[in-house]
Amino acid sequence: MDFTTVLAQIKPKLGCVADNLALIEERIEQAKAAGADLVLFPELALTGYFLKDLVPEVARRLDSPEITRLIELSRGISIAVGFVEETSDYRFFNSALYLEDGAIRHLHRKVYLPTYGLFDEQRYLARGERFRAFDTKFGRMGILICEDMWHLSSSYILAMDGAATLLCLSSSPGRGVEGESLDSATAWQKLTATTALFLNCRVLYCNRVGYEDGVNFWGGSEYIVPSGESVVRARLLEEDGVSARVEEGALRRERIFSPMLRDENLFVTMQELRRIERERRL
Amino acid sequence: MAGLAANTELLRTILVGFVRDEVHKVGVRKAVLGLSGGIDSALVAFIAAEALGAENVHAVCMPYKTSNPESEAHARLVAQACGVNFSLVPITPMVDAYFGMFPDADNMRRGNKMARERMTILFDHSAHHAALVLGTSNKTELLLGYGTLYGDMASALNPIGDLYKTQIWQLSEAMGVPSEVIEKKPSADLWAGQTDEEELGFSYRQVDELLYRMVDLRLTREELIGAGFSPEFIDTIYKKVQNSHFKRRLPVIAKVSNRTIDRDFRYSRDWGK
Repeated sequence: MDFTTVLAQIKPKLGCVADNLALIEERIEQAKAAGADLVLFPELALTGYFLKDLVPEVARRLDSPEITRLIELSRGISIAVGFVEETSDYRFFNSALYLEDGAIRHLHRKVYLPTYGLFDEQRYLARGERFRAFDTKFGRMGILICEDMWHLSSSYILAMDGAATLLCLSSSPGRGVEGESLDSATAWQKLTATTALFLNCRVLYCNRVGYEDGVNFWGGSEYIVPSGESVVRARLLEEDGVSARVEEGALRRERIFSPMLRDENLFVTMQELRRIERERRL
Repeated sequence: MAGLAANTELLRTILVGFVRDEVHKVGVRKAVLGLSGGIDSALVAFIAAEALGAENVHAVCMPYKTSNPESEAHARLVAQACGVNFSLVPITPMVDAYFGMFPDADNMRRGNKMARERMTILFDHSAHHAALVLGTSNKTELLLGYGTLYGDMASALNPIGDLYKTQIWQLSEAMGVPSEVIEKKPSADLWAGQTDEEELGFSYRQVDELLYRMVDLRLTREELIGAGFSPEFIDTIYKKVQNSHFKRRLPVIAKVSNRTIDRDFRYSRDWGK
């Protein structure tokens, strides 16, 4: 099914949930007014990124007023948004919700929490333990949160689980100023394009902008079609919002031209992974 | 060297955005900086002017009686070129009054005192103008510890602290810093005829090539020797980085509670911004 999506490339304020919720609401209303069917927000859009000890303060339960409000807003438009989730056993996750028709369709908890270089997520957050595709009005999708996508297996699992659209919510810091573009932007663009190409699926990538303690987030949100071509890309390093028309026909045609996904042999993969797992236990 | 050759257009975008964002988000519109007549502060003045509007940038030139008169002339030239506000606050009376009590003080003590005198003036101007103090230390001098703690190393925001001197030259050229300032020999200008490279004993280009491989690429000592650096040079620079590390950290706090500032009480500085 064809649909129109908006990638809301926002600049959240660090630790200011109320302000960020207002900003998110504003972008939802704009997307709705523009006739969009789905609006994506970045990783941790409700809170900002370098939270450190703020994590428990900005965390929200699924029944909190803020999440309830977002669920309510999804009556007119589907929404994918990142936040810090608090569970009833007091764990805190870097999570993303897919909201549709006034209900939670899917909750993804970031599996790969980077703790190297400038990252320190696993110190403050609990690890998610699953990748699951889910059904939406616009077909089967999967959610990845930033670092998740740097693990080939994540996208592979979602594609095997039937996701034709991968939503990647990101707070990617910009670094590396030697080349034509930012090194981190170049690396991500290769990653999203290659993932789409390998798995014959489309990628909707939404990254944030702004600075936190001198670290810039580079934006460049984009829509990549299943042939690996980026057809819509937001500005680098500036607040933006881009709209893309996602066509079912493009997916169908690509899967006819390059039926790698059809030919993927899950049996062989599983057999070999089980063997490797067995051998590692020895 | 690919790593030291920066994409100046991209750098400019990031650093101008940094100053604008980090100044505005604390509810301030202005910045203040010390303009020495050298390239580092000249570049920061250009970046700040572009980020905040030249009328919102206050550059203060703070010469001592032994400063090279050319420095003040270059500071004026830079302020004129980028359009920022310029003022002159000589530090001779304060510094001389102090050393009147300690006439035997050596050059290092005098140099440090001057740098700290300038710092107090900048922070006073910060309150006066409701402006943030911009730092002008580059990555080379920060890594080598070639600066005065709580003196020229003190600031609210430093747009150029992740740029090696080699990259400062490139970006300065791209942003239109006057060529006189780019081409002259870098100097702390604490006494007549002082130049950084003579005092340090090596050139910025040499040490940047080494620091880039040692710090950014994390090459091992053996790999650095293999890349053509002498073991003596490598060891000297490694020691300089190690021995000056205290200058790059907050004062050490003795831990007695469960939440000690900066150890297990951890928040970004942009908390709530």
